[in-house]
Amino acid sequence: MAKILVVTSGKGGVGKTTTSAAIGTGLALRGHKTVIVDFDVGLRNLDLIMGCERRVVYDFVNVVNGEATLTQALIKDKRLENLYVLAASQTRDKDALTKEGVEKIINELRETFEYVVCDSPAGIEKGAHLAMYFADEAIVVTNPEVSSVRDSDRMLGLLASKSRRAELGEEPIKEHLLLTRYNPERVQKGEMLGVEDVEEILAIRLLGVIPESQAVLKASNQGVPVILDDQSDAGQAYSDAVDRLLGKEVAHRFLDVKKQGFMQRLFGGRE
Amino acid sequence: MNIFDFFRERKKETTASIAKERLQIIVAHERGQRSKPDYLPALQQELVEVIRKYVNIDSDQVQVALENQGSCSILELNITLPDR
Repeated sequence: MAKILVVTSGKGGVGKTTTSAAIGTGLALRGHKTVIVDFDVGLRNLDLIMGCERRVVYDFVNVVNGEATLTQALIKDKRLENLYVLAASQTRDKDALTKEGVEKIINELRETFEYVVCDSPAGIEKGAHLAMYFADEAIVVTNPEVSSVRDSDRMLGLLASKSRRAELGEEPIKEHLLLTRYNPERVQKGEMLGVEDVEEILAIRLLGVIPESQAVLKASNQGVPVILDDQSDAGQAYSDAVDRLLGKEVAHRFLDVKKQGFMQRLFGGRE
Repeated sequence: MNIFDFFRERKKETTASIAKERLQIIVAHERGQRSKPDYLPALQQELVEVIRKYVNIDSDQVQVALENQGSCSILELNITLPDR
């Protein structure tokens, strides 16, 4: 049975697309046939982060309108055998998506894929609503910062009341917290909310903590999901998060300040 | 950090703890709002219209509140009638 995952946050710029790309790629790396779907109609970016922006011919809206088949619109990843991307339309406006249209495509994707990762747009408007409506599980991406935490809580409220599962009275969407752009040094100094603080406020299961990392920008520059940079802290943290998503018990890493060696401290060494 | 900073730090509230406190308050408040059904404003509006057929009142003289106590919900109506 296919699983529909939504990556959502409410607030923009917290790392939804980076996370969708990383988690989707991580699932495919572990042998699961996965598709990552961009729901940000008008402002698509998943194609850039995945490095397939020049191979987009047909998009989500073309398939909804019957202008292309799903097979034509799915972009196969060049690196991984069982990874696909469905791009959002760049030229249409947000109203191009309807609940019926999205449902039809999701049901079709369910037949061929094990995981459908829905990359939600920011906000709580139609696009964000449709991205989460059919979800079985939600990854709520949050930065350790007041506006992001508040928006995440608002999003949790919507997941619990405005989703298909909520409307049909089915088992609620399984919610996971993913804390991104975490800076242990600033947490230690009392300048940034700690992981326990955010967990206490939002009260949902912690899927992972992704440290603020230079690897994320480097990866997006090149169109490579950061999880494929297995030497980087962010890549490893995403990898752990995927394992936890699949039910493995993995200890959290990168929560504490790295101990600097004497020479590093002396010369202010940086990675 | 020298020894004096160490003692000073302890007394001073960190900005992270201020953020946490503010968030706890606003999130609790917004969760309370969220549990209210969205028909309440419409209900209030219609009640005002019905009462206006008989008594002349302003729309802010009717207060509608819904409280949940365990398994039962209490719909509280507070109507202030004008002095005669």
